[in-house]
Amino acid sequence: MLRLLQPVRSIHLAPILRLGAPLNATEIRKTLKFEFSKDNQRRVKALLAWYPQAEWKGALLPLLDIAQRQQGWLSISAVQAVAETIKIDPMEAFEAAQFYTMFFMKPRGKYVVSVCTSTPCKLRGGDEIFEACKKTLNLEHGQTTPDMQFTLKEDYCMGACVNAPVLAVNDDMYEDLDEKSLSKILADLRNDKLPPAGPRNGRFASEPKGGLTTLKIPPPPPGFMMQKLPDPKKKKCQ
Amino acid sequence: MAAIVRFNLLTKPQIVAALPASLHVQRFQSTQAPPPGTPPPQTKTKFGPLADEDRIFTNLYGRHDWRLKGALKRGDWYKTKEIVLKGADWIVNEIKTSGLRGRGGAGFPSGMKWSFMNKPGDGRPKYLVVNADEGEPGTCKDREIMRHDPHKLVEGCLIAGRAMGAQAAYIYIRGEFYNEASNMQLAIAEAYQAGLIGKNACGTGYDFDVFMHRGAGAYICGEETALIESLEGKQGKPRLKPPFPADVGVFGCPTTVTNVETVAVAPTICRRGGVWFASFGRTRNSGTKLFNISGHVNRPCTVEEEMSIPLKELIERHCGGVTGGWDNLLGVIPGGSSTPIIPKNVCDDVIMDFDGLIAAQTSLGTAAIIVMDKSTDVIKAIARLISFYKHESCGQCTPCREGIGWMNKIMTRFVKGDAQPAEIDMLWEISKQIEGHTICALGDGAAWPVQGLIRHFRPEIEKRMQLHAKRASN
Repeated sequence: MLRLLQPVRSIHLAPILRLGAPLNATEIRKTLKFEFSKDNQRRVKALLAWYPQAEWKGALLPLLDIAQRQQGWLSISAVQAVAETIKIDPMEAFEAAQFYTMFFMKPRGKYVVSVCTSTPCKLRGGDEIFEACKKTLNLEHGQTTPDMQFTLKEDYCMGACVNAPVLAVNDDMYEDLDEKSLSKILADLRNDKLPPAGPRNGRFASEPKGGLTTLKIPPPPPGFMMQKLPDPKKKKCQ
Repeated sequence: MAAIVRFNLLTKPQIVAALPASLHVQRFQSTQAPPPGTPPPQTKTKFGPLADEDRIFTNLYGRHDWRLKGALKRGDWYKTKEIVLKGADWIVNEIKTSGLRGRGGAGFPSGMKWSFMNKPGDGRPKYLVVNADEGEPGTCKDREIMRHDPHKLVEGCLIAGRAMGAQAAYIYIRGEFYNEASNMQLAIAEAYQAGLIGKNACGTGYDFDVFMHRGAGAYICGEETALIESLEGKQGKPRLKPPFPADVGVFGCPTTVTNVETVAVAPTICRRGGVWFASFGRTRNSGTKLFNISGHVNRPCTVEEEMSIPLKELIERHCGGVTGGWDNLLGVIPGGSSTPIIPKNVCDDVIMDFDGLIAAQTSLGTAAIIVMDKSTDVIKAIARLISFYKHESCGQCTPCREGIGWMNKIMTRFVKGDAQPAEIDMLWEISKQIEGHTICALGDGAAWPVQGLIRHFRPEIEKRMQLHAKRASN
């Protein structure tokens, strides 16, 4: 009977179990054990106050994010811990977590390097940046280096299109890249140094390079061009 | 994703209401004065450039302090109490007078949208949800507001919230904008500390909260009902409408979802008056707008300009022109990735506003202009967009889930030229089958770039096929 069931069951089991290694459930639970740290428990509590009590479920994404920041990735037990915190079905939480691309359901590198290759970035050399990243890190899209330092991702639109090409490392965006500044950033990261984010061609933000065309005068003072508002005391609040 | 709303999803009274000016105005013109909230008629014929003192986002480039102290110096939070005390009707009227249309892509009249919330209440709380899930390729205007002028948005939340009687605002920001979210969060904390929001906001006796909610990387969550689902902690899959969010929205309560820019301009409109705002741009396209110009221009930038400015002037004045000169222009995607491309001969004299671009068979969208010069492989550029949409389709509706996959496969072959000319018509047919047959507008957004490509660059596609056939036969 057991042998009959084996192929059926194996479909559902993780590869490590399929190899026939001895099953030790406690061991697995221990390695994947997850508990919010003290600091994070405080954060979780503060976050939950933002949502109506009956709708704590709304806090799912922020909590998953906190869990991921603590663990580095999202294990099943982390998802379960989050689900227990906001009192929803673990499977529901797991389904939602899988829908979003920013949750890593398996271990990832310390620095997730995502390169934008969407059309606006592509027009300004996003593809070349991605190729250079692939070559330097010796990775393909979605792969992680064996030393768990880098994960490379080809991504779609970071929302900084006027600063194309753009590369994001974890939470920071590096903009207006060329191959030279890229190799400098990657070298810094290899030495565990997070370079300051921002454009790399001398711009401060999204202004045109080499001289402003607008906003040349200092901002007007408060009340500039203010229309007349009749005294609110005479008219009651509606 | 831009909040593209299809008009065929609206109920009949809403459609009638959504056809602004022409019908209503004509009826009233002959007999009586226009009803309150009608924008004044536009008399100007030349639009742009905007004078510096008429700009709303005075710290767009982050050259000044973005914290509360700097914001106060630039005139934010000035007489907010008086504005809030004027009440909901006054604010909505002012927005209606200004002729402001939603800045997220659909261009729905904002004053009207906000007034939908002012039905007699049934005890449920009301919510304002600010859509800061900016992920449309080409669009990066909200990012500049949130990191350099966050107090404009916080103040806008209070005023817009008052206009619809909401008790709290949720700002749904995309997960990739971590630093922008930190700035916003800090601005909110400062506003709470100064008593500008929270209990008895600005000393008006009105309680209003503002919360941040970070997304987790899904373009589809920019669609208003998907955003609501995501805010409720579910997968971001759009809901069927009706019920509209104004009836059943986030947490089952009446909700209005609006774009960041729409909310952030509201305080300035209330201060300077709707008539001031309506003095820019053509009738029904009034106001100022943030334009993002990316791609093949000499100096890509984000800039606030008057609506109805000619595209050519916008590019030449602020971006130093197209690389290699205007004659080197191939085409422009005028409103973010989901709008159809227009070729150079249309670009020569197209006007950047809602009606002007619809006349050119495209759309203003989020006013994110992607410029392509003659060195561009336009088929590949559009193919890249389609693979983006394939990646971001939520998979609920079959036409979108399967159709965009097919389009992607066909487009990949088109890039190489490995196809028959008859397949161009097939691709057109597929895109027409996707458009309008899905719950949300992502399907439409994926179909339009392909339609634009076929409409204007068909000879280019055919030429590549011939070239490939020739190479294959040799």
